[in-house]
Amino acid sequence: MSAQRINDSSRSLLSRLDWPLLSIFFTLLFIGWFNIYSSEYNENQKAIVDFGMSHGKQLMWIGISLSVGFVILMLDERLYHTLGYVFYVIMLLLVFVTIFAGKVVNGAQGWLQIGGFQLQSSEPMKVAAALALAKYLSNYGVDLSNRKDKFYAFGIIALPVILVLAQNDTGSALVFLALFMMLFREGLEPYFIVIPVWIGVLSIMVLVFDKIPVLIVLTGLGLIAYWLFRKLSYRALFLLIGLYLFSLTVIMLVDFGFNKILKDYQRDRIEVLIGKKVDMKGAGYNVHQSLIAIGSGGVLGKGFLKGTQTKFNFVPEQTTDFIFCTIGEEWGFVGSLIVILLYIGLMYRISIIAERQKFSFTRCYAYGVLSIIFIHFLINISMTLGLFPVIGIPLPYISYGGSAMLGFTILLFILLKLDAANQ
Amino acid sequence: MLNEQRSKVIRLVVFAIGFLFILRLFWVQIIDKNYKQFAEQNALRKETIIPARGLIYDRKGKLVVNNQTFYDVMVTPAKVKDLDTNAICQLLDVDKKDFMESYANAESYSRYRPSAVIRQISYEQYGSLQERLFEFKGFFVQAREARTYPKAIAAHVLGYLGEVSDNEIEKSEGYFKSGDYIGKSGLEHSYEKELRGTKGIKNVLVDVLNREQGRYMNGIYDIPAVAGKDLLTGLDLSLQEYGEKLLKGRKGSIVAIEPNTGEILAMVSMPSYDPGMLLGRKRSSNIGKLMIDPDKPMFNRAIQARYPPGSTLKPLMALFALKEHVIIPSTTYVCNGGYHLTATQTIRCHASGTFDLHGSIQMSCNTYYCNVFRLLIDNPRYRSAANGLDNFTAHLREFGLGGKLGIDIPNENHGIIPTVKLYNKSYGAGAWHSSTIISLGIGQAEMSFTPLQIANNAAILANKGFYIIPHFVRGFDRNGRREMLQWERHQVNIDSSAFRLVADAMEDVIEHGTATMAKVKGIQICGKTGTAQNPHGRDHSIFMAFAPKNAPKIAICVILENSGFGGTWAAPMGGLMIEKYLHDSITDKWQEKRILESDIDAIESIMDKSKGAEHSTHEKSKKQEVKVKEPAKEEETPDERPAD
Repeated sequence: MSAQRINDSSRSLLSRLDWPLLSIFFTLLFIGWFNIYSSEYNENQKAIVDFGMSHGKQLMWIGISLSVGFVILMLDERLYHTLGYVFYVIMLLLVFVTIFAGKVVNGAQGWLQIGGFQLQSSEPMKVAAALALAKYLSNYGVDLSNRKDKFYAFGIIALPVILVLAQNDTGSALVFLALFMMLFREGLEPYFIVIPVWIGVLSIMVLVFDKIPVLIVLTGLGLIAYWLFRKLSYRALFLLIGLYLFSLTVIMLVDFGFNKILKDYQRDRIEVLIGKKVDMKGAGYNVHQSLIAIGSGGVLGKGFLKGTQTKFNFVPEQTTDFIFCTIGEEWGFVGSLIVILLYIGLMYRISIIAERQKFSFTRCYAYGVLSIIFIHFLINISMTLGLFPVIGIPLPYISYGGSAMLGFTILLFILLKLDAANQ
Repeated sequence: MLNEQRSKVIRLVVFAIGFLFILRLFWVQIIDKNYKQFAEQNALRKETIIPARGLIYDRKGKLVVNNQTFYDVMVTPAKVKDLDTNAICQLLDVDKKDFMESYANAESYSRYRPSAVIRQISYEQYGSLQERLFEFKGFFVQAREARTYPKAIAAHVLGYLGEVSDNEIEKSEGYFKSGDYIGKSGLEHSYEKELRGTKGIKNVLVDVLNREQGRYMNGIYDIPAVAGKDLLTGLDLSLQEYGEKLLKGRKGSIVAIEPNTGEILAMVSMPSYDPGMLLGRKRSSNIGKLMIDPDKPMFNRAIQARYPPGSTLKPLMALFALKEHVIIPSTTYVCNGGYHLTATQTIRCHASGTFDLHGSIQMSCNTYYCNVFRLLIDNPRYRSAANGLDNFTAHLREFGLGGKLGIDIPNENHGIIPTVKLYNKSYGAGAWHSSTIISLGIGQAEMSFTPLQIANNAAILANKGFYIIPHFVRGFDRNGRREMLQWERHQVNIDSSAFRLVADAMEDVIEHGTATMAKVKGIQICGKTGTAQNPHGRDHSIFMAFAPKNAPKIAICVILENSGFGGTWAAPMGGLMIEKYLHDSITDKWQEKRILESDIDAIESIMDKSKGAEHSTHEKSKKQEVKVKEPAKEEETPDERPAD
């Protein structure tokens, strides 16, 4: 279909790229780099580019990523469809190898030493999973209401989740679950998403308010719903009763689960988050320092290089997971707002791109890209704003980190290429 | 729901999350102010800058206390690499064990903040260390100001510095922090506020490990330190030094006052110590040594010891009697070797003859003053001995006796004067008479003053009726801006003509009386000897004087413990001090040599053995002979308590 297009288009490829998306991408890169520079800036270290420091390395990684992105644009777009499963299997193997041969960084055994570089194997895995799932869903005849198809689709998501969990990297494992957004778009029944979210909400309520008040409120709500729906069909009533009983079970299990299943540090983080535990030196410290940094920014921020909280290592992981603190501190509410709007714009633009595709593969892949960016955005910023437990996960295109930068760039450039090829 | 519609759900979720984040940011960054305060505490370190402490000058502008730069070897344990312990110990001449111990202390204090491992290395060591400092990573040398004393004198007056106690920190209302230094005694204590100046604040940006990262806002919120004020004292450094030389190896004190101004020219208390002992590294061990020294070198006799004034009270008695009109200058008593209280009780007197007021002072006649005392107490105007005694003590108080004078160094002791209450308790109300307490008339028994008070009496006699609270500090100086202090003046309500009579008599004490040893060529000195009875051993000799007679420039009290009669040793010391101050030279080299070289204790022991020798029995009087009931004495000997 498109061989001809590509042939006559190396001249006009640029014109067929989605420039709104690209401009947001470059803006985020730009903002990211300057904030990494600022996080590390101090009076003794004024060099603009120092390859011994994060901002220098990041510049190098941006260069590498853009080169790879360029190569992606040059390659035949059919490659990604054709080799979707192959990438997926290779990446699964890579992640698997990492479990045994990898290097432990921040408690997660997710890093492979390749020559002088360290690669976080879960980053390319994200791309491969999105491609493989998109390829599967776009197969002719695949229907998510079909149990077997559902099983395969869930399986494509579950394999990397399991392997990454085995690397002890909860954050990255959560990312793959975001691919349910793609499934949802392609027709998965909403309760596959609503019920886990409902469980999540209930759990948090139980943890925060204890089970008795939650039970009372839940029963009250159930009775009101019963009164409202009493004229409806028996089916609806059974559904209601089923939901109620299900909720009760969840509530009872949460206590058990919280105390027996979660690891100590996870329990700590959750307890701190919900305000049950004040621990300013341990898990609470990061969130507290992060909020101080952001909160001290005020409306307009302290100005570029003028931050005091993020610069002097009060906020941990300031160039990677907590980079948003630097933005909040130095650029204030206005700067943070702009960054949030840029992400929303990015995701909105991706959904527009997705919906204009003729081929379901590209559409599915676009939702994969969207879901992966969304989950990073959601978890990372929630964490820095104290809305979610601390989970080490980067902010796309902004956080320092070579693997992540490369992974997100590949993710986006494949979409750009697929989109350009389809126009 | 159509799958195409689901894209709208997804977009809605994205927008909802974005909106939630914006709300949260609005709350954290704009509404909630707490985080801004937290941020300030987090990254700003307020460093205190301790200003240079004020210096202390003598009346001629000579430095008494100076600041000197000392060098402390500091270490930041986190920066230490490949430390050659032997090399550094050898270089700085410290014991390896001590070094390791203080290094471990530094490490446990903080790995990132520097702390001192070796304090006060010499300038030479500083030089050699500086050359080789690159070999010892993590070490550096910090300059620090500390006190030095150009002359090792006046330790009691100057006092010393020490680390603040918890109590002092609490009292300072936030000024002091643990580890700060504060004046613990002497002028350092009294003028702490002036000397220390005001600490400055430097705002430094720090990271989470408290490492310095630069100035905050280029220092616009910094508060510069204000240097301490220099003390301008009335001390005469060379007189002080000379006084310490005279008393060296003896026990006693000398207080010299400029009578017109109340400025203390010299205050010597022996045994003493080198004020440099209480500086720096050896301070705490030296304090311990000084505290347990049986000679009690930290005890400032000049203001803490109390002695019965003995015959030095006689000029005052004469003034009281003239004031009360119980005698006139020509009132005469016959003395035949003592005042016969009863048939068997006699207050012995060395002098014999017929004395008027002038003669009674010149020859220090006990008989005369026993009579005068009875006239004062039994004065019909007051109708009872109790009222008479009250009136007598009122006069004493007017002379600054009994209470504290209020000198500007701490730990001044109050003098003791007899009270009606005490005698009522001992004998019963109305059961005692002037005869019961007759020893008071010759300055013994329930009466004792500090050397400072006796010197102040000399100043009142010199001033013919007033004194200014004796003090060291005339004023302050900060960068050439001077502020002078006003010291309170006390007027004694006695006619100056009475003072003139007494001064004439006191001049003859030196010329032809009991203190001829104090005579100085070319200076009209008025003086009075005394002997303070000491139930624990040989009596203390006292001499008080002022000079020159007509325009007094110095009033002095010399007390030499256990040296017997005041004329023998105390008087000539007083003479030498007066000459030293007024002429800045000594003409009577023989006398000076005698004072400096005599083994007073040995000489007096021989005198003691040859009983009947005039001096030792001169005023050593009544204790054995006056068989009056001795009331419980509140204090009889100097209560020897270290100043701190």
